[in-house]
Amino acid sequence: MTSLLTLAARRVPLRLGRAVTSVSNQIRNISSTPLDPSVGLTDDQKELQSLARNFADNEFAPKMQEWDENQYFPADVLRKGAELGFGGLYTREDVGGSGLGRLETSIIFEALSTGCVSTTAYISIHNMCTWMIDSYGSEEQRQKYLPKLTSMEQFASYCLTEPGAGSDAGGLSTTAVKKGSHYVLNGSKAFISGGGSSDVYVIMARTGGPGPKGISCFIVEKGFKGLSFGKKENKLGWNSQETRAVIMEDCEVPVENLVGSEGQGFSIAMKGLNGGRINIGSCSLGAAQASLEAALEHVKVRKQFNQPLANFQNTQFKLADMATSLLSSRLMIRQAATMLDQDHPSVASFCAMAKLHATDECFKICDDSLQLHGGYGYLKDYKVNVYLRDSRVHRILEGTNEVMRLVASRSLLTE
Amino acid sequence: MSNLRILVATKRVVDYAVKIRVNAAGSAVETANVKHSMNPFDEIGTEQAIQIKEALAKSKAGTAEVVVVSCGPSKSQETLRTALAMGADRAIHVDSDEELQPLAVAKLLKAVVEKEKPDMVILGKQAIDDDSNQTGQMLAGLLNWPQATFASKVELGDKSMTVTREVDGGVETVKTPLPAILTTDLRLNVPRYASLPNIMKAKKKPLAKFAAADLGVDIKPRLQTLKIAEPPKRQGGKLVESVDDLVDKLKNEAKVL
Repeated sequence: MTSLLTLAARRVPLRLGRAVTSVSNQIRNISSTPLDPSVGLTDDQKELQSLARNFADNEFAPKMQEWDENQYFPADVLRKGAELGFGGLYTREDVGGSGLGRLETSIIFEALSTGCVSTTAYISIHNMCTWMIDSYGSEEQRQKYLPKLTSMEQFASYCLTEPGAGSDAGGLSTTAVKKGSHYVLNGSKAFISGGGSSDVYVIMARTGGPGPKGISCFIVEKGFKGLSFGKKENKLGWNSQETRAVIMEDCEVPVENLVGSEGQGFSIAMKGLNGGRINIGSCSLGAAQASLEAALEHVKVRKQFNQPLANFQNTQFKLADMATSLLSSRLMIRQAATMLDQDHPSVASFCAMAKLHATDECFKICDDSLQLHGGYGYLKDYKVNVYLRDSRVHRILEGTNEVMRLVASRSLLTE
Repeated sequence: MSNLRILVATKRVVDYAVKIRVNAAGSAVETANVKHSMNPFDEIGTEQAIQIKEALAKSKAGTAEVVVVSCGPSKSQETLRTALAMGADRAIHVDSDEELQPLAVAKLLKAVVEKEKPDMVILGKQAIDDDSNQTGQMLAGLLNWPQATFASKVELGDKSMTVTREVDGGVETVKTPLPAILTTDLRLNVPRYASLPNIMKAKKKPLAKFAAADLGVDIKPRLQTLKIAEPPKRQGGKLVESVDDLVDKLKNEAKVL
């Protein structure tokens, strides 16, 4: 039976709708520093950012470590976010989406990630699925699936990668054979975020010949005959998302669930990846921002040789390098998002280079922050390790950073 | 009751989480380039007004219009937009770059009340920058309206409201006729987040601006701040040998007995 005093102390932060849990969660005078993520934004964009950051501070940040430790998927908190419009950020409003642009979306994901990278990354995957159905689906498909997805009454997962087809996604081998009123799908997908917990799966399967042009896109519901899931993967990070293989054994999918036309699947996937890369890069930005904020607090407080670490030139130079990297990453991500909004002819390159730069640099920032925390950075009591582990995978998925170099160099060398 | 008009007063203050500093001149708290937001008790007030409006709509007992007002420089409009995004219907900005103390704000609000004729005015119990805890009470005095301050619960009746107040001795329930003044305390409600669609919709809601000078009110400050200083730096503790020693130190050194 907790004492009234403890109850009162705990009630105050909750009642104000905010939780001030530690020094590193308090807002520094960031608005007077170059780390201010609202620099260069319009008033409207600042409002969206403010909402997302508040939500992250109150709903994600206090729980981030617990969710990571317990591998807990916070469906209830996700739905709370969906009530605010996070379930379909760049999906059209008639089906419950928020109808925002990709730059606004990037700003929101960056802010949310400061609270929990893993959960925000899942939101971005869910958003990519809703966008695909919104952009390429028929009116019937939109009305049938999107209202429940934008509200997160149902969760969505995106299935492209297979055990034998990662970077070589165009070589995927899951087949979809038309038999009367159904397509019958056979094959398996690997590393599916939300696999097993999601209700709706956007699955790429081969309807035609080899290579990208034979791939089509399907909406598959949990509960369809022949759909099953592998074991829950044990991962280094992204622990607030369940990751499983998705297995199709004579899985029957109604013909009405084909998205777009046969053979259009790969092109849908590639368009989706441009935005997905910006989203993941944005999540990396949030991780780096939070890690850098934590490092700044720590070096002012931690003393060795009778002075705070912040007095040593090495510390100062390291922080300067970290801030510079963060700023360059942020600018690239935001420009790529703007190019996507404007449909620039080289948008794929912008997105690839931004993703490459941001995910690499921001991981380093998280790593540097851990180093600045010294031994404490290695303890799970401190948050830095979670940002580090969560952002590590951003260098791999949505296209490895090696593939990003392929995309960029191709655009440079093509006549 | 059929149509209720609720006026909510809000103030743009330094954000509660900012580590404040005294400015270089030693004359005031540094507010330049510092994060500001809506006074938390005013967020609670805005939330309460919106909840009243939603309850009326749900029970079909009537309708309510939530009008939010803020007195201050042009940046006060940020606060108004936040309130509109939470669900207020329209906003009024009383524009002034002068220092506005509680009495001046109360007089300005009285002028707004005379224009808008609301059925109730909701204010935060105090602003977290000056902690004055005066404006609501002064407004009630100027208008000669009943007031219920430090509200932790509000129930609307027919042309009346029943308010549970948190006071030093515990909890007290009062009933007042409307129109009346209400000031909010912490446990009245948990303010909602503005949703993304509502943030977009808020841009289309009316925001009217009046110059404070045009309201014919004397807003000259009556109080002068003589000095502002940070609290003394924390000192190390001391170990005491006995209770007598402790009492002696509390009496003669700390001077708290």
